[in-house]
Amino acid sequence: MFRSASAAFRNAEPPASGSVAVEVSRWNRAASVFSGASVLVVAALAAVPFVIGGPAEQPLITLLTFVAMASLWNLLAGFSGLTSFGQNAFIGVGAYALYLVAVHGVNPFAGIVLAAVAAAVVSLPVSAVVLRLSGGYFAVATLVVAAVFQIVATLSPSVGGTTGVSVPGLASYSDVLREALTYWATLIVAVASVAGVYLLVRRTFGLDARAVGSDPVAAASSGVRVGGIRLLAFVAAAGGTGAVGALIALQTLYVEPTSVFSIQYSVDMLFMVLIGGMATIEGPIVGALVLFLLQETLSAYGAWYLVIVGGLAVVATLIASRGVWGFLSERLGWSLLPVGYRVRGRAPVPPPSPDT
Amino acid sequence: MSWVNAVIQGMLLGGQYALIACGLSLAFGVMRIVNLAHGDLAVCGAYLGLVLSSVLGVPVWVTLPLLLPAAFVVGMGLQAALFGRALRHGVLAPVLVTFGLSIMIENLLQVAATSDPRGLNGGALTLASFHITGGITVSWLFLTAFLTACAVLSCLQLLLSRSSWGRKVRATADDLDTARLVGIRVRPVFATVAGIAVATAALAGVFIGTIGTFDPQAGANTLIFAFEAVVIGGIGSLWGTLAGGVALGITQVVVGEVNQAYAVLAVHLLFLAVLTVRPGGLFTSHQSAAQVRGLGGVGGVRGQGVPG
Amino acid sequence: MSESGAAPLLEVAGLDVFYGDFQALFGVSMSVPGGGATALVGANGAGKTTLLRTIAGAQPAASGCVRYDGSDITAAPPHRRISRGIALVPEGRKLFPSLTVEENIQVGAVAAASDAWPLDRIYGAFPMIARRRRQRAFTLSGGEQQAVAIARALASGPALLLLDEISLGLAPLVVGELYETLGGLRSAGATLVIVEQDLRRAMDTCDHLVCLLEGRVALAGPVAGVSRDEVVAAYFGEGRS
Repeated sequence: MFRSASAAFRNAEPPASGSVAVEVSRWNRAASVFSGASVLVVAALAAVPFVIGGPAEQPLITLLTFVAMASLWNLLAGFSGLTSFGQNAFIGVGAYALYLVAVHGVNPFAGIVLAAVAAAVVSLPVSAVVLRLSGGYFAVATLVVAAVFQIVATLSPSVGGTTGVSVPGLASYSDVLREALTYWATLIVAVASVAGVYLLVRRTFGLDARAVGSDPVAAASSGVRVGGIRLLAFVAAAGGTGAVGALIALQTLYVEPTSVFSIQYSVDMLFMVLIGGMATIEGPIVGALVLFLLQETLSAYGAWYLVIVGGLAVVATLIASRGVWGFLSERLGWSLLPVGYRVRGRAPVPPPSPDT
Repeated sequence: MSWVNAVIQGMLLGGQYALIACGLSLAFGVMRIVNLAHGDLAVCGAYLGLVLSSVLGVPVWVTLPLLLPAAFVVGMGLQAALFGRALRHGVLAPVLVTFGLSIMIENLLQVAATSDPRGLNGGALTLASFHITGGITVSWLFLTAFLTACAVLSCLQLLLSRSSWGRKVRATADDLDTARLVGIRVRPVFATVAGIAVATAALAGVFIGTIGTFDPQAGANTLIFAFEAVVIGGIGSLWGTLAGGVALGITQVVVGEVNQAYAVLAVHLLFLAVLTVRPGGLFTSHQSAAQVRGLGGVGGVRGQGVPG
Repeated sequence: MSESGAAPLLEVAGLDVFYGDFQALFGVSMSVPGGGATALVGANGAGKTTLLRTIAGAQPAASGCVRYDGSDITAAPPHRRISRGIALVPEGRKLFPSLTVEENIQVGAVAAASDAWPLDRIYGAFPMIARRRRQRAFTLSGGEQQAVAIARALASGPALLLLDEISLGLAPLVVGELYETLGGLRSAGATLVIVEQDLRRAMDTCDHLVCLLEGRVALAGPVAGVSRDEVVAAYFGEGRS
C-alpha cells in the first residue's frame, strides 16, 4: 500500500549528473560525544546511593521524575501534536495500580512495570473517545477524563475513597534500602522514558508523528496512518506516565485522589516542555532542570511560584516557541540527540558535454 | 412529584451553564480558540463583583453597569495582547497560552484573596422564592439566572442575524481569509467577540457567586461544565448551547436526586458519550462534527439558529 | 476607453511573492489600462491566482510594487484597496456558507458602500439570483453562486474588477450569460482583469492579454497583436532555451 514519508525519502534516486550531490547523515560528532558522556552520567547517577546516599537522593528523585514526565508529554504534544492536559489521569491510574498490585502480594518495585501496563491498557478505551478530537477539543476532553478518573477513585471504597490508602509491601525494607531502591527505579524509568522516546522518534514513527502533528490531513494523504500514529503515541505516553505514577506512590507511600490526580502534574509537564523546547529530545531535560530549580528557589512563595510558571509558559509560547533548547540549537547548531536528517551539499557532479 | 421538581430545577440550572458557555461558544465559533481560561475569567467576574459591591455597599446587581463594561474591555485587551498573537504561532499556541493564563489567574486570585470560599451579596433576590404547586419551589434567583441567560442569548442571536456587525462576525467565522479579502476588518471583529465572551463570562460568574460560593480554584470546574454544554449542544449554535446547558443541568439534578455523589460524574459521562456518538453535538448537523475532529468542514456561527 | 498614452489604472512592477519558502511569482510586471479588459492566462500553478490575490491585498509581496490610480498600494490592506476601487472575485467563489445570498452581497460593501451599485441595480444585473436572495448561499447552483460572488464584489462599486476563473465547473450556456453581464460592466466603465482557462473565450472577450508561466510573464500585449499559436506556445513554455 502506501509507504510512509521517510521510507520514500530513503528510497529516493541518486542525484542526476549536473546536480549537486548531497550527503545525508543522522549523526554528528557532538552526538557521539554526548552519548558517551550520558552513559557516564547515568552510571554516575546510579552510583549516588553508594557514594552520597540519602540527602542527594531526594532532590534527584524529584528531578528524574520531572525528566520522565516531560519526555513523555513531549512525545504526545511536541512530536504528535496532542496537547493533553489530562495526563495526570494516568499518574493516578499508575499509582492506584501499584497499590492494587502491592496489596495482592507482588513486590512493589516489580509492580511498577505492571502499573505501566495497566495505564497503557486503560488508555485504550480512553483513546477511542478522545483521539478523534484535535486541538483545544482534545485538550478539554482530556481534562474531563482526568476529572472522571478522580471522581471514580473518590467513589471507590475498595481503594479508600476520599481518604486514600497507604502502599503495603514495603515494611520489610529498611528505610535506607527502600529509598535507594526507589531512587534506582526512578532513574531507570527516567532513562527508559528518554531513551524510549528517542528511539521511537528516530524511526519512521518520528517523521510520521511530526507530519501528523503539523497537518493530519496532508499526512493522511501522503499515506501516513494518522490514527495508528496517534494511538501509539497516546498509549506509549500513558504507559510511561503510569510508571511515573507508580513511582510517585512509592515515593510518598500514600495514594489519595486529590494529590495523585492533581492537575499540578499537567501544569508541570506543560511548563517543562514549553520552556525546554517542544519536539526535541534534549528540550524536556532542560525544561525539567529549569522547573526543578524554580521549584527549589521559589516554592517558598507559594502561589506566586505558580503565577511565574504560568506567565513563563505564556511568554514562552508567544516569544520563544522553540524553548531554551530550540533557541540554543538554532543559534549554535547543537544537536546532541539528533532525531532528524542533516543534509550537506558536496561538490557538484560535473555535467556531460551539453547537447544542442 | 420530586422528579418534576428535579427537572425544573435542572432546567433552571442549565440556564446558568448556558450563560457561562455562550462566550466560549462564540469565541470558538469565530476565532477557533478554546479559551481554557474562560472559567477563571468568570470567577474573576465574581471577585470583581465582590470588591465593587463591598466598596460601594450595594448588592452586586447594582455594580453590573460598571462590571460588565470593564469585563468587555478586559476581553478586548486579552485578545489584542494574547489571543491574537497566539493564533499566529500555530494551532497549538492558543491552547498553551490560555492554559498558562488560567494558571496565572487562579494563582493571582489565590494570592490576592486566599482560598476561602466567598459569596456575593445578592440582596433580597437571594432569599425570595415562590411555589408553583405543592412540592415545587422556584427560587427567584435561579429563575432570574435562567431568564437572563435566555435574554443574553436572544440579544446575541438577534445581533448576529440582523446587524451588519453580525454579518461580519458570521462571515469571519465561516472563512477568515475570504472575510479579509472582501474588506472585513478582522481585528475589530475578534476584539468585540472576545469582549462579549469575557463580559458574558463575568455575568455568569456573578450569578454563580450569588447562587453558591466561589474560590480561586472554581474556574477549572466552571470551564469544564461550560465546555461540556457547548459540545453537547453543538458548536456554533447559541440556542444549542442553551439546550446543552439544560441537558447538563437536568442530568446533574436528576442523578443528584438518586445519589448526590454521582451527579457530577453522570454529567461528565454524558459529555463523553455525546463526544463518542455525536461529536458535533446533539442539535446540529454533521458539519460541526468534522470541525471538532479537526478535519476542516464548515464552521461558523449560524445566524438563524436553524440546525443543518 | 483610454488608449495607449493614458496612464494605466493598475501597474505591477517586479513582484516577488512567496508562500513560505516556495516562490510563486518572480519579478512579475504588468500594466492594465483603464476601461479595458485584460486576460490573465497560464497553466495551473503558473501564479495567476497568486497575482490577483497580491493585487487585491490578500497576499503580501516580498518585493516589488503595486500602483493603482497613481498611488502605491503595495502595503495597503484589503479593505483599503476596496475603498479605493479594487475588488476580487476569488477562485472557487468562496461564498460564506452561513450567510444568505443577500447577506453575502451586503458583506461585500462593508469597506465601501457604493452609490453606483445599490442592491436593486445588482439584482437587476443578475436576475437569476434576485428571487433567491433570502436563501443560504450554498443552496444555489454553481452558476448562481458565481453570480453571487461577482455581485458581492460589485457591491463595493469597484473601478477595477478582478475575476478568477469564473467559468470553472459551469456549463457553457451559464458561462455565456456571465460573460454577457461582464460585457455590460465594461460598458458601464469598469476595468476588468479576467483569469480564464478557456483561451478562446479569453481572447474573444478581452483586448489585452498577459500569459504567466511558472511565476513569470511569458507574453504580454494587445490581443489583436498576438496569434493564438503564440499564446499557446507561451502558455506551455515551448521554445524557451
